[in-house]
Amino acid sequence: MSSLVQSVDWLAVAPPTVVAVVGLVVLVADLFVAESRKPLLGWIAVAGLAASTLLLLPLLDADRSTFCLVGDTEVCSYTADRFTLVIQLLVLGGALLCALLSVTALKDSGKRLPEGEYWFLFLSSAAGAALLPASRDLATLVVALEVASLPAFALVGLRHGDRRSSEAALKFFLSSVTATAVSLLGISFVYAATGTLHLTRVAERIQHVDGQLQTLAQTGVVLTLVGFAFKTAAVPFHFWVPDTYVGAPLPVAAYLSVIGKAVGFSGLILVTVVALPSYADAWAPALAVLAALTMTVGNVGALRQQSTRAYSAVRLLAWSSVGQAGYLLVPIAAAGYSDDPEKQIGSTLAYALMYGAVNLGAFAVAALVGRAHRLNRVADYRGLYAASPLTALLMGFFLLCLAGLPPGVIGLFAKVTVFAAAVDAGLGWLAVVMAVNVVIALVYYLRWTALLFRAPETAPEGAATADAAAARRLPAPLTAALALTGVLGIALSGAPQLVLRFTETGLF
Amino acid sequence: MIDINESVMQFLLAFLVVGPLLGAAAALLPAPPGLKGKSPDQAVLRHGVTVTGMILAAAIVLALGFDHHHPSRMQATTDISWIPALDVRIHLGTDGISLPLLVLTALLTFLSALYSYFKPPAGPSPKAFVALLLVLESGTLATFAVLDLILFFLAFETVLIPMYFLIARWGGEGRAEAAWKFILYTLLGSVVMLLGLLLTGIKAGTFDMVALATDNGRSLSVSVQVIAVLAIGIGLAVKTPMWPLHSWLPDAHTAAPTVGSVLLAGVLLKMGTYGFVRILLPAAPDGFRTFAPYLAAFAVVGIVYGSLACLALARKGAKGDLKRLIAYSSVGHMGFVLLGIATMTPTGVNGALFANVAHGLITGLLFFLVGGLKERTGSTDLDALAQETGAALYGRAPRLGGLLAFAAVASLGLPGLAGFWGEMLALFGAFDPADGLSRPAFLTFMSIGAFGTLLTAAYLLIVVRRVCMGAAPKDTPAYADVRSYEFAAWTPLVVLTVVAGLWPKALLGLTDPAVQQLLAGGIR
Repeated sequence: MSSLVQSVDWLAVAPPTVVAVVGLVVLVADLFVAESRKPLLGWIAVAGLAASTLLLLPLLDADRSTFCLVGDTEVCSYTADRFTLVIQLLVLGGALLCALLSVTALKDSGKRLPEGEYWFLFLSSAAGAALLPASRDLATLVVALEVASLPAFALVGLRHGDRRSSEAALKFFLSSVTATAVSLLGISFVYAATGTLHLTRVAERIQHVDGQLQTLAQTGVVLTLVGFAFKTAAVPFHFWVPDTYVGAPLPVAAYLSVIGKAVGFSGLILVTVVALPSYADAWAPALAVLAALTMTVGNVGALRQQSTRAYSAVRLLAWSSVGQAGYLLVPIAAAGYSDDPEKQIGSTLAYALMYGAVNLGAFAVAALVGRAHRLNRVADYRGLYAASPLTALLMGFFLLCLAGLPPGVIGLFAKVTVFAAAVDAGLGWLAVVMAVNVVIALVYYLRWTALLFRAPETAPEGAATADAAAARRLPAPLTAALALTGVLGIALSGAPQLVLRFTETGLF
Repeated sequence: MIDINESVMQFLLAFLVVGPLLGAAAALLPAPPGLKGKSPDQAVLRHGVTVTGMILAAAIVLALGFDHHHPSRMQATTDISWIPALDVRIHLGTDGISLPLLVLTALLTFLSALYSYFKPPAGPSPKAFVALLLVLESGTLATFAVLDLILFFLAFETVLIPMYFLIARWGGEGRAEAAWKFILYTLLGSVVMLLGLLLTGIKAGTFDMVALATDNGRSLSVSVQVIAVLAIGIGLAVKTPMWPLHSWLPDAHTAAPTVGSVLLAGVLLKMGTYGFVRILLPAAPDGFRTFAPYLAAFAVVGIVYGSLACLALARKGAKGDLKRLIAYSSVGHMGFVLLGIATMTPTGVNGALFANVAHGLITGLLFFLVGGLKERTGSTDLDALAQETGAALYGRAPRLGGLLAFAAVASLGLPGLAGFWGEMLALFGAFDPADGLSRPAFLTFMSIGAFGTLLTAAYLLIVVRRVCMGAAPKDTPAYADVRSYEFAAWTPLVVLTVVAGLWPKALLGLTDPAVQQLLAGGIR
């Protein structure tokens, strides 16, 4: 009976497992830690995330798989290949940066955010997000997706007594659950048509579906895709984004903008490229249209933000993240037209890594400015250079990276790879749409950048100055996050090969 | 001319690109002890002069060490892999086509820095001004020095942000809209250009300009070439600017500070025409042939349109702005450059390259002079200046008036000055265009272009008459005549204009062999 007991490759599953275990440790420790010692929980979480990021290192040498079928060891539920590792790096590294932002945010919030619950939810969601890229069957995929999103709803609504926060959480929850239900229905159709949940087997069997089940399989494919499109905040499933970002605590918004996206598009890649390559002629055009719509709506939305409106900085970053999601979708769509989809997927990964580092950097600056200016309007960034030159230079750098203009060299090259993927696949029209979008996006990024260097408005009143001076003293975790993202962005600008190499090596 | 070790040459060229960037970073740091100068502002402006001076010296040494017997050979080449994933290589090199532009850029930037040292731009702290100026210099020099399509694009984009801020922060009236117009137009053009560059690179299998030129479009199908030329051409044409994509230029020039105008006209516009010659002509000749007649047609429309616009502005009572007028005249002059390129003949392309450099010298000088005039009179409005009879600059500031008349006459293409050869050769090329191009069409373009030179002469003479001549009222005070720092900044341009006019071989001897080889297929 030994065949029933699986041997588990614990090293392969270590990164998500460690995060999950640390999450439980924090939840339990919360009961025993004195009120004054609560910040300790945050540091445990940071250490756990750092440890699990480091645990990716031993996995670099070769692809590992575990939880395989007893009969056929080729078919596995968990695979730590290059694709998995890159996304896990993005998820865990991003979560680490968000955790650093959270430490300060929790400290500043007084007691309005419960620390124990916050860290437990945060780590659970990160564990799910880290599990997702490794999952190679539809059941694990959905479970990972839900583990990643359910705590996120709670995180969004965590601010006690904040009506906006609860409303955002409800919006997020309802739309997300609907999408999950739809994709579950889709998956069940696919399962009914093919009799398997393993992605590679689905890929084989869906080509030989019984004629009577053809419609069922096709419906299943469409419904499954809809669910994942929601997670990437692709249009028309984007409407929850701005309200949710504004309502959520800022580090959570940062978390959603990067890790939430990573979850969505890695699931989308697994479903399209790994499980349903034979349906490429159906999903590729759909994704191309989706990409074009998403970037256009996102960028136009960001363009229309007024800089004096309350929370306009976060709102603008939210809309711009919708636009960026559109760019991320372009190579996935291109993969459907290509004989060598891994090259295209590599472009998405390279872009996502760039976006992760730079966008979190921008959020870190937003968190910093938000300490002095509660409303966090874009107009509040005016004269930042005069107040703290280094922060302003970094913010300018991050924004120009997002816009893809030098000195943000890495942003430019990431855009170039995405363009190259589109041109290579013959998606000329999509490349042109994207070109127009790059120009639209430049307007609001540059408007913001220019504001940083303008002379500050008339001196604020005495009370506000004292407040601002107190806030200007940089908290250590925030400084660490800023330094980390800044160094990453500058290092990548000097050596773009570090992320762009994923476009030329095998991923799966 | 003089024998310099190849590795020193490599270093010099790399220094031209990297040096200003390091200088820009250093400009943002506080001045080290011993270099503090009288005030932080003075120290940083002096830093700008030092760095651009070093770059100019390096460019001159590079030009001296350049093997003038083989100007068609790529010299001082560096070729290092940078991003293998995108097949992007740091490939630098210079030949007879890019060398004059490198020296011109270094010279104009140095003169601008020198001028700003004595006459700091009105606006916020000069610290950022110097840093932006140096980044701008690095971007333009890189554009002329790189031999990789993606790097070319990177360099092309690098100039956008510094120029945007130079206009938006240190500009005059209407600067915010002008700066937006500048950056949006150029960016829209250059993203389209990126698509063309990617298409060319992906289909040909290399982004290396030398390899593409040697291949001479053989590995690209005609339809790919046509699309690539259209896409890349639009990007370059916006930058050049070609009529009807020029409308950002007059606003940008009118609003920009003096130094910004000088560099915009003198250097930035050349990036567009240089791209036509360096990339499109050799890499996609078949595609280019398809569009050559259209390019030539737009070019001559630009010549006539620019001249007519200038005539309208120069009219009495038109409230014409002198800077705007020179900007429109740039549209006309760049029309000659484009016409020369569109003929696809050695004569025409040589003429285009000559006109390029000449326009850089002369228009740079004109913008300096108008800047000086504005500083003295407080206005660049022709009507306000000339009033009833004329501004009488000859009487009130004779040297300034004389220089302005000199620059205007050089600009209209008087034989013996730099402006003449380029336009004549471009028209000459159009007289006998390359095989496969319709001769009657080009003859028509030539005659329209020749008519344009008449119009050019007309408006420039009107300007001279209204600004320099006139009856000076007795009671008005004389303006300060040319100051010594202005002499220092302007004399090199005057001298070079005369030298290039009297001894065109100095320039044509460099460009001609390189152009011959480029058109015949390939750079070595």
